[in-house]
Amino acid sequence: MKFETVIGLEVHVELKTQSKVFSASPNAFGDEPNSNVSPVDLGYPGTLPVLNEEAVNFAMKAAMALNCEIATDTMFDRKSYYYPDNPKAYQISQDKLPIGENGWIDIEVDGKKKRIGITRLHLEEDAGKLSHHPEGYSLVDYNRQGTPLIEIVSEPDLRSPEEAYAYLDKLKNIIQYTGVSDVRMEEGSLRCDANISLRPVGQEEFGTKIELKNLNSFIFVRNGLAYEEKRQAEILRAGGQLQQETRRYDEKTKETILMRVKDDADDYRLFPDPDLVPFHIDEEWKERIRQEIPELPDARKKRYIEEIGLPEYDAEVLTSSKDMADFFEETIQLDVDVKQVSNWMMGDLSAYMNKHLKELHELPITPEGLAKMINLIEDGTISSKIAKKVFAEMVENGVDPEKYVKEKGLVQISDEGQLREIVTQVLAENEQSVADYKAGKGRALGFLVGQVMKATKGQANPPMVNKLLKEEIDKL
Amino acid sequence: MSLFGYTIKELEEKLRKKELSASELVDMSFNRIAEVEDQVQAFITLNEEEAREQAKKYDEQSSDQKKLFALPVGIKDNIVTKGLRTTSASQFLSNFTDPLYDATAVKKLADEQAITIGKLNMDEFAMGSTTETSSYKVTRNPWNTDHVPGGSSGGSAAAVAAGEVLFSLGSDTGGSVRQPAAFSGIVGMKPTYGLVSRYGLIAFAPSLDQIGPMTQGVEDNARVLEIIAGHDQNDSTSANKEVPAYTEALTGDIKGLKIAVPEEYLGDGVDPEVKEAILNALQMFELLGATVDRVSLGHATYAPAAYYMISSAEASTSLARFDGVRFGVRAENTDNMIDMMKKSRGQGFGDEVKKRIILGTFALSADNYENYFEKAQKIRTLIKREFKTVFDNYDVVIGPTTATTAYKIGATDIDPVTANTNDMLTVPANLAGLPALSLPCGFSEAGLPIGLQIIGNHFDESTVYRVAHAYEQATNHHKKRPVLEGENK
Repeated sequence: MKFETVIGLEVHVELKTQSKVFSASPNAFGDEPNSNVSPVDLGYPGTLPVLNEEAVNFAMKAAMALNCEIATDTMFDRKSYYYPDNPKAYQISQDKLPIGENGWIDIEVDGKKKRIGITRLHLEEDAGKLSHHPEGYSLVDYNRQGTPLIEIVSEPDLRSPEEAYAYLDKLKNIIQYTGVSDVRMEEGSLRCDANISLRPVGQEEFGTKIELKNLNSFIFVRNGLAYEEKRQAEILRAGGQLQQETRRYDEKTKETILMRVKDDADDYRLFPDPDLVPFHIDEEWKERIRQEIPELPDARKKRYIEEIGLPEYDAEVLTSSKDMADFFEETIQLDVDVKQVSNWMMGDLSAYMNKHLKELHELPITPEGLAKMINLIEDGTISSKIAKKVFAEMVENGVDPEKYVKEKGLVQISDEGQLREIVTQVLAENEQSVADYKAGKGRALGFLVGQVMKATKGQANPPMVNKLLKEEIDKL
Repeated sequence: MSLFGYTIKELEEKLRKKELSASELVDMSFNRIAEVEDQVQAFITLNEEEAREQAKKYDEQSSDQKKLFALPVGIKDNIVTKGLRTTSASQFLSNFTDPLYDATAVKKLADEQAITIGKLNMDEFAMGSTTETSSYKVTRNPWNTDHVPGGSSGGSAAAVAAGEVLFSLGSDTGGSVRQPAAFSGIVGMKPTYGLVSRYGLIAFAPSLDQIGPMTQGVEDNARVLEIIAGHDQNDSTSANKEVPAYTEALTGDIKGLKIAVPEEYLGDGVDPEVKEAILNALQMFELLGATVDRVSLGHATYAPAAYYMISSAEASTSLARFDGVRFGVRAENTDNMIDMMKKSRGQGFGDEVKKRIILGTFALSADNYENYFEKAQKIRTLIKREFKTVFDNYDVVIGPTTATTAYKIGATDIDPVTANTNDMLTVPANLAGLPALSLPCGFSEAGLPIGLQIIGNHFDESTVYRVAHAYEQATNHHKKRPVLEGENK
């Protein structure tokens, strides 16, 4: 029997507002435990939440970027559950009236485009962080408590782990463009849970759903789902039945492990939080936020193709992260060959980032530097071979290419007299090659060029070397 | 000299003329406590050392005397006070010795230089109407110590009635300021929802809770409310409105005032003695030039049911933070986290609180939400609308505050109809968010006070005070004071 995979993703994204969503405490990552907390964050008796407008604006911005309809009237609800990282024993969240609904994003897998629905996007508060100690006690850090969080729930539109991966990649990229979050999975500012079920091809009804947790990277999401896909298919083919359960992905064994079986749906007893008044988002407010949304990846890509004339593939790669696209645009402002900028970024720069697992903003290279370097090649100051050496210094140490080339004496030798002298000497030392060349062995010229380059430590102007070699050989 | 019979204004005068010092005034309060507290049992925690020190400091400084300079105030124990234990009358919070901050209302009093004498007894987490559900002590009614002072702000009422403090703060979720004020023969105001900040009030039902002043007379009450009212950026439900000078409304003139008396408020559940006192009061209002009409508030009969659903539902989450993790005494000898939470809550909460948490949890569960919580909200809306119709034609709604006078301590035989009538009299004002005040309007044959309730339109505390003050001026009930056994008369 053939099965169809059905996947839906729940993504949580922390918003990088100045202060927390319901208190004035700073919203910062990585500080001393329990240093960014106030009585409100700690749920002190008598304290009350006060909504941070910036968090609403950020959530709205993300919702708009994901093509959601924005609520006109909305409010917050209390979601009850007991856990030590949840100081009030209820989380302030949004139930019936989320800020955004009915959105979508477009993804592309194996050249096939597909639109994935977004059911809803709502604003809520994050919980504290527990750390468990082997001696049998746990510690709580409430710094994260009250960090604004958006939960983005997709429709069950994804049909393969690869589509899930592409969806996450696109979602991350779009949110990064809006600037409302760092979307760093390693810092927990983006977290993902996945729901996956299988059904016989052609069947409309969904199969039994498994929730996957502990997915700490996009690759683990893809691998976890792929494992689940296989596991579920095997059980079903063997005539077995699945039960609704929550499983976690184990990075070491690359398997999913049962956490708990879900008997009844959890009852969080959601109801409107009487401490927070419902609020109205009028058209003017929505428009103001809409104006603040920068150009998003799809629009940029289109512009790169249509206005800058880049090939589709180049445009796709350059807009795949805001870092890259911003770097590209800053560089091409600087009176430099656009195609060369694109080539260097897609070639050596991307290669370096992939090899060292670095993001562009972590590297010291600047748009000014790249533009200068390209112009040094263009005006013949350095050869493209030397340029590779210079570029390596730029990504590693952030050197200024002009200064570096000068200090290291890497300027290309284009002085005809100087070169001719070297050429004559090389010819004198390689009579055999000259003879070969004259006998019609074209390859011999390549060898001679190499010798000249060697003699000049690669700094000779290659077209000039070619020209002079031919001239001098003809004289012989 | 004692705190009895003096208004804030009169004391302010004496203090300014140096006929009385801050220390003398605070001494007066503690002397009275020493004299009668054994009988009244109004306080859970006294703030004696701090209070005396504060008074001394005020005496030494010659700077401007603020509005409540050196006046002894008692605070209900569900309103947090920085550095001063706040228990909500629950043993579960017996270790909550420092709430870290002052409630906004407390801070406003302190800014006007009032001196906190101590924290007052109440029903546990404000759930009850006799102050008997307190896990600390049973507070007595100063008019007859065999009787309860009412609740849940029973300590706040008794301390004022017994002259232990000049005034106090209570909180009112379903009548918890007005009912004890009525039982204890003092004036208690539940302001419009949103008028006084709830920041620092340990929540019972946040959509209903309001802090209100409890005083010997109407003028003092207006004066205290002027101070504690006003917008607070720490409370999203606090109204961003200018606070009127309520004391300026106390003109004594109510000619042409239109009073509505709901038939349901004088029904069979109301004790004949109470009914008579209210009818006499209505005659007085007519004598003062007001008109009195009977109206119907039919939906009020459903108010108690709606109130119990909504308040318990909200409470079930408001009180969830008391789980032994950070708040509430943690149970010992537990197996794991869940066991620890269950045992802590099981040992920490009293029966009345548990009953309401269970009811509220039930009302909010997925299967019952629509039938109970949502239906209760619909009734709430209907009650609001009904009041709106009445206020389109009338200035105030008047009736009794309670159906009977104060119960005997330990009474278990309260007639369900009476109990329901009591709730029906007070909870509609909370459900509709309206201001409502209780003031003395007579005494039963047994010598227990009877309270008259005046309900006003939203944010129209001025009219409520004007009516109450006019009545007070025309009568002598407020001049009587309780005599406690063995006291120096």
